[in-house]
Amino acid sequence: MERLEFEFAGGKPVAARNKPVLAGVLGSGNLEVLVEPADLKGRVRVEVETAARGFGPIWQAVLTDVFERWKLGNIRISINDAGATPAVVALRLDQALQEYAGGDA
Amino acid sequence: MREWNRLGLNKAERMERGAALAQGKVVPPARIGELLAQVIESGDRVCIEGNNQKQADFLASALAGLDPAVVNDLHIVQSVLALPSHLDVFETGVASRLDFSFSGQQSARLARLLSAGQLRIGAIHTYLELFGRYFTDLTPRVSLVCAAAADAQGNLYTGGNTEDTPVIVEATAFRRGIVIAQVNEIVDHVPRVDIPGDWVDFVVQSPRPHYIEPLFTRDPAQISEIQVLMAMMAIKGIYAEYGVKRLNHGIGFDTAAIELLLPTYAESLGLRGKIATHWALNPHPALIPAIEAGFVESVHSFGSELGMEEYIRARPDVFFTGPDGSMRSNRALSQTAGLYACDMFIGSTLQIDLQGNSSTATLGRVSGFGGAPNMGSDARGRRHGTETWLRAGREAGTGTMPRGRKLVVQMVETFREHMAPAFVEKLDAWELAETAGLDLPPVMIYGDDVTHILTEEGIANLLLCQNEQEREQAIRGVAGYTPVGLARDKAMVENLRDRGVIRRPADLGVDPRDATRDLLAARSMKDLVHASGGLYDPPARFRSW
Repeated sequence: MERLEFEFAGGKPVAARNKPVLAGVLGSGNLEVLVEPADLKGRVRVEVETAARGFGPIWQAVLTDVFERWKLGNIRISINDAGATPAVVALRLDQALQEYAGGDA
Repeated sequence: MREWNRLGLNKAERMERGAALAQGKVVPPARIGELLAQVIESGDRVCIEGNNQKQADFLASALAGLDPAVVNDLHIVQSVLALPSHLDVFETGVASRLDFSFSGQQSARLARLLSAGQLRIGAIHTYLELFGRYFTDLTPRVSLVCAAAADAQGNLYTGGNTEDTPVIVEATAFRRGIVIAQVNEIVDHVPRVDIPGDWVDFVVQSPRPHYIEPLFTRDPAQISEIQVLMAMMAIKGIYAEYGVKRLNHGIGFDTAAIELLLPTYAESLGLRGKIATHWALNPHPALIPAIEAGFVESVHSFGSELGMEEYIRARPDVFFTGPDGSMRSNRALSQTAGLYACDMFIGSTLQIDLQGNSSTATLGRVSGFGGAPNMGSDARGRRHGTETWLRAGREAGTGTMPRGRKLVVQMVETFREHMAPAFVEKLDAWELAETAGLDLPPVMIYGDDVTHILTEEGIANLLLCQNEQEREQAIRGVAGYTPVGLARDKAMVENLRDRGVIRRPADLGVDPRDATRDLLAARSMKDLVHASGGLYDPPARFRSW
């Protein structure tokens, strides 16, 4: 197991009324994503628990692209990863953020 | 005076030695080893019918059981090495040379035997190439083939899995070679004659029905959302774009996802009758929903597929079947259809390099190729035009003389299992060629034949690339977060995207969030059975109920 943390400058803060969103399942090759409101002064924090070691730079690259697409702030994202490929990670985050932001993004 | 019938005279000697062990053409199973020892001579070229699917397993074991002091130095010419016995002959010393196409599950052991010096490989062939050599410099002296049934005259009924039998028997029988067939049963009248009896010298009833591998069954339950996404991109960005009607699909979940999206996603785009109507394809169970939805006009097959027998029998307008109702497949002819009469090949791979060369070779495995190299190559002998072929030719735009191009699409997620990148600077095939002493790196599809590379990140249209540098950046531009992808020239990739050389899902009007398994016309094996009206009967290992 490896624990990784990332922070992004964030964008438009999402209202705290938004409910936490859980997406995905913790099956092999998949991941579980929890998105919840957090007072982070507009920033985004991502915490990753992953079964695969040594992929920090790839996580950084995937997450950077995700938050290029999703200019959101004041959210904490917790990821439980069971060896998902970058494609699955990006898809799952897109789904979770879409649901979290709703019409608010 | 020169003797012009040495082959015939030699065959007569062999037949005389063998005749004592048979009643007419029928050999008792217990005496098969003795028969082989009498009719095979050391140094012979021998073809064991090792297909993709059905296996002459009883004869292969009998050959491996021969005494190498009596029979040795055989040269095995066989398309597929599928069973342990196919390699046992090299371990015991009965055989020493090999020319083949594909080794599948035996590929690791083959690599070990090769490095231990227990055999020499002539070459790894594509199927049509090896079949072609059966009729030139690799004609078998003795062939050990496989059929469902025989009569006392030696007429063979192959059932749905005709596969390589006709090409092997034709090459052997018409050059005074010896054809021995193992059959599941000896009957008074075969349901239909697939191989005429006077081309067959001996038949033996196998103690067990021959082995068949259900190679083309993919459980829809294992198809991922990313595969659904890539299938949507393929349908919209390639099938619809080029109006692809005549095609072959490779084996695997990527293309199974496309098959299962035809009745749903492609139907919603109004594509029924406009794409995917004529196929060179094994009877993939995953194609059942598309057939039932009226997408498919015809399917000609290399081999059959376990469990599909009754479904095929009930759909004679779609499949090639005999007057008895069962399928007749033929690997050589379906490969020819795939090479010359299909406008597109689409399939998965393991590694792609910066020139677009695509390989499934991995270190420590000498696996060879299946049908992909013939179908996944532009047939330069082709002359007939279709809209798809001509359009691809225009995009390739080489020279003043108009020519068409076959679409050759490699479809791959940027990372495979265990985060192995599908895009690499250098294929493992190079190192394999060196360690195994091969003439060439075993490349499945050459870069200059590949027209499109499709990943979850986008479609790279290599036809539109104007030089090597653009081509490399087009490939990097769909290589995702692999080291090859991360090393892209971002400005150049954006330029290629502006020109439509690279198309992202959004450029195709595909929203990745719509890519859910709900789009699959069948999401389980049970759904496939249901779609077939109960006619499809999956093998036990695919049944969870």
